[in-house]
Amino acid sequence: MYDFTYHRPKTLADAVNLLKGKDEARPMSGGMTLIPTLKQRLARPSDVIDLGGLKELAGIKVEGNNVVIGGMTRHADVASSADVKAAIPALAHLAGHIGDPQVRNRGTIGGSVANNDPAADYPAAVLALGATVTTNTGKHAADGFFKGLFETALGEGELITSISFPKVEKAAYMKFPNPASRYAMVGVFVAKSASGVRVAVTGAGSCVFRVKAMEDALAKDFSSAAIKDIKIPADGLNSDIHGSAEYRAHLVGVMARRAVDAANK
Amino acid sequence: MTINVAMTVNGKAVSGKVEARTLLVQFLREHLGMTGTHVGCDTSQCGACVVHVDGKSIKSCTLLAVQAEGTKVLTIEGVAESAEKLHPMQEAFRENHALQCGFCTPGMVMSAIDMVKRHNYQLDETTVRRELEGNLCRCTGYHNIVKAILAAAPAMKSAGV
Ligand SMILES: Cc1cc2nc3c(=O)[nH]c(=O)nc-3n(C[C@H](O)[C@H](O)[C@H](O)COP(=O)(O)OP(=O)(O)OC[C@H]3O[C@@H](n4cnc5c(N)ncnc54)[C@H](O)[C@@H]3O)c2cc1C
Ligand code: FES
Ligand code: FES
Repeated sequence: MYDFTYHRPKTLADAVNLLKGKDEARPMSGGMTLIPTLKQRLARPSDVIDLGGLKELAGIKVEGNNVVIGGMTRHADVASSADVKAAIPALAHLAGHIGDPQVRNRGTIGGSVANNDPAADYPAAVLALGATVTTNTGKHAADGFFKGLFETALGEGELITSISFPKVEKAAYMKFPNPASRYAMVGVFVAKSASGVRVAVTGAGSCVFRVKAMEDALAKDFSSAAIKDIKIPADGLNSDIHGSAEYRAHLVGVMARRAVDAANK
Repeated sequence: MTINVAMTVNGKAVSGKVEARTLLVQFLREHLGMTGTHVGCDTSQCGACVVHVDGKSIKSCTLLAVQAEGTKVLTIEGVAESAEKLHPMQEAFRENHALQCGFCTPGMVMSAIDMVKRHNYQLDETTVRRELEGNLCRCTGYHNIVKAILAAAPAMKSAGV
């Protein structure tokens, strides 16, 4: 790891100011992605701004029809939250299946969503539930937030402060984890609400995406049988030593059907 | 950048000068000379480095020493009651032949103690295996590790630890 200057601001305003002044400053939440990246010397920030001291970014609140999760909230805290379990059990389940217990004790929702790893779990929940990402400068709707491989709508120095998830009628997340890394080979989040059905897929492509054909079929008939004949084209899906694009395309169908069955239980 | 850090390790106040990039595991091993905590990978996957920070199990290879400022750290050196009396989890590892080369063992024991407490001393085999996802062992095939943890849970409860 290259050395850097470390900062631990106490307020969001200080963190934003620290990021502004420096050319190569990087925020750090749980560090579960950033520190391994620094160890491999894949990044060389001049400054690391540790968001761990920002009390205003931690915690979970229920506000009306929404569950609002602070950016610094650890995966383990989302997984065990009585509020999340009651309002959106699929979200607690998803958080409880990220990585391993030690990763869940440090990793945060803000870091995960900002990082937008193509195989990360949270982006599927954000997109399928139609969540809103709040930052120090404004709000982003889920559609349009995830732009591509490790790319989001966040601007320079923009920090995720919280993510707001609307409650839905039914939802479930099914993940086929890579047996070594526990990241999703393919993960499918299915959500049914008054405004329709949303199906979001992670792990299969360069970035999380929705499957319109499945959403339309499920809006008419929310059962796994309704989507059993929908084929996902393998074109453009990830192909690597863990699995071919065709394999992943097939897994999307299997995981989507399992997710619908789980949501109906 | 050099920074002064201070924390409590196994009940003792410690401090030192570190670089910003110094990992907690390096601080423990190289600055404090506590080599019980191991490093088995550079990808945050193996769990040989697991310690408890403020009661939670974490990978000390993926935490900067400065992030542990002001915290209470517990390492494998601090779990036994005394040099003569092992922690029930260590005792169970010994009784169940849960280690071969022993390289993964410190991290296994630290993760195991945390999982037993978090599950209120009640575990089944499936839970233990799932909870061990962050700890790799190249020798044992895990079977005896799982047995040891299942045996240690009631032993920890009756010992009140
Ligand atoms: C062994 C292992 C297994 C894992 N398995 C999984 C898995 O199965 N599924 C999964 O989804 N993830 C997995 N992860 C990743 C883990 O969930 C990370 O915690 C997460 O991707 C990043 O969150 P973090 O808080 O650690 O972010 P950090 O590492 O602190 O930051 C990640 C990136 O986001 C930026 N950033 C951080 N916070 C903010 C913010 N508030 N606003 C804007 N930018 C910010 C940072 O600058 C950095 O670029 C795994 C990680 C490890 C080490
Ligand atoms: S050394 Fe920390 S996880 Fe391998
Ligand atoms: S006993 Fe050798 S790695 Fe586990």
